Amino acid sequence: MPLPRLIPCLDVAGGRVVKGVRFEGLREVGDPVELGELYSEAGADELVYLDVKATLEGRDALVELVERIAERLAIPFTVGGGVHSAAAAAALLEAGADKISVNSAALERPALIGELAARLGSQAVVVAIDSAAGHVRTRAGTEPAGRQAVEWAREVEARGAGEILLTSIDADGTRDGYDLVLTAAVAEAVSIPVIASGGAGAARHIADALGIAQAALLASILHEDPARLTSLRAELRELGVPLRDAA
Amino acid sequence: MTVAVCDYGAGNVRSVALALERLGASVAVTRRAADVHAAGLAVLPGVGSAASAMESLRSTGLDAALRERVAAGKPTLGICLGLQLALEESEEDGGVSGLGLVPGRAIRLRDGRVPRIGWATVEPEGEAFYFAHSYAAETPAATARSEGIVAVAEAGSFLGVQFHPEKSGAAGARFLERCLSRV
Repeated sequence: MPLPRLIPCLDVAGGRVVKGVRFEGLREVGDPVELGELYSEAGADELVYLDVKATLEGRDALVELVERIAERLAIPFTVGGGVHSAAAAAALLEAGADKISVNSAALERPALIGELAARLGSQAVVVAIDSAAGHVRTRAGTEPAGRQAVEWAREVEARGAGEILLTSIDADGTRDGYDLVLTAAVAEAVSIPVIASGGAGAARHIADALGIAQAALLASILHEDPARLTSLRAELRELGVPLRDAA
Repeated sequence: MTVAVCDYGAGNVRSVALALERLGASVAVTRRAADVHAAGLAVLPGVGSAASAMESLRSTGLDAALRERVAAGKPTLGICLGLQLALEESEEDGGVSGLGLVPGRAIRLRDGRVPRIGWATVEPEGEAFYFAHSYAAETPAATARSEGIVAVAEAGSFLGVQFHPEKSGAAGARFLERCLSRV
């Protein structure tokens, strides 16, 4: 198995990194390219950029942002938010992204996953699953999707997804640790890599998640502060997590 | 140093070109056989499906250009799918004939989670590079491995890598710099 991965997540809106709860009260906190570069220098294994207001914006703006990120970053990055077609996804990959993440669009039209896999290869297709008490939620967690998380995970794998980004809405923002029960249930149900997300408050939480999942998404624990990533990496190494030597 | 990056609609061309430009190379992203012949180094990138990639190599005539180039002993680098296409065949998509620059075939990964995604150590050097693949080379031309999987293969003037040097941070830049300095 490849080494466990730490993946900082940057929420972007209107071309800026923003902070806030979903659609409410977004506050600009930085430039996506600069912050991405600083995370890369601090040892991030990959980055995820989520366009949190994607449905309200033009797609060309996102392609331009991806072009700027690719010019400066030499580590892989995933782009998500509002991708509804294989053509739109291909444009983002051509601009320099490595993977595309889909969530609500895949729930609305599951065949999209197969179309993305056929066009881009499974290794470029991430399906994000937001779960509350084992039930999938859609539209940024606001609505029930009428599916069980484990069952949906199996289906997205069968349809060609290459990775699952699994967020526990129950754990998200609590800082009490990842939802290990949910993460283990999904990781056992599929044979593609799983990225655990939601709930990290301390290095111990991340180490626990990486005992089950292949990668951990880091969002609020970093506070958009690359120095926090550096210190977390050191703490994780002390806990015995075999992170790569990023030098 | 001029580098021709083969552009045949297979994904990560821009990332590869940018990584080489960061190292000072003069890069032409091209589908013209003449550019592929003339360049100091030719690069065959690629992600996605073997069948459609091979089909576009044929339709652009880049397949013949690459074969002639390697036959003439000119340095050529294949990355990820670019290594798999250089083999004699791939079991992907129900069986696909490759360029035959390197003996062997691409086979589906069977152990661990597939796709195999992430940073993994390449032996004997011991540095970690970024991988993202579901198929891997099975070849007597292997010169380095990662967890038992072929990471580097060399045959004549062709050098193929399963990892993505353009996405492997400082280690990847050092690798590409070595490729450029050998030319």
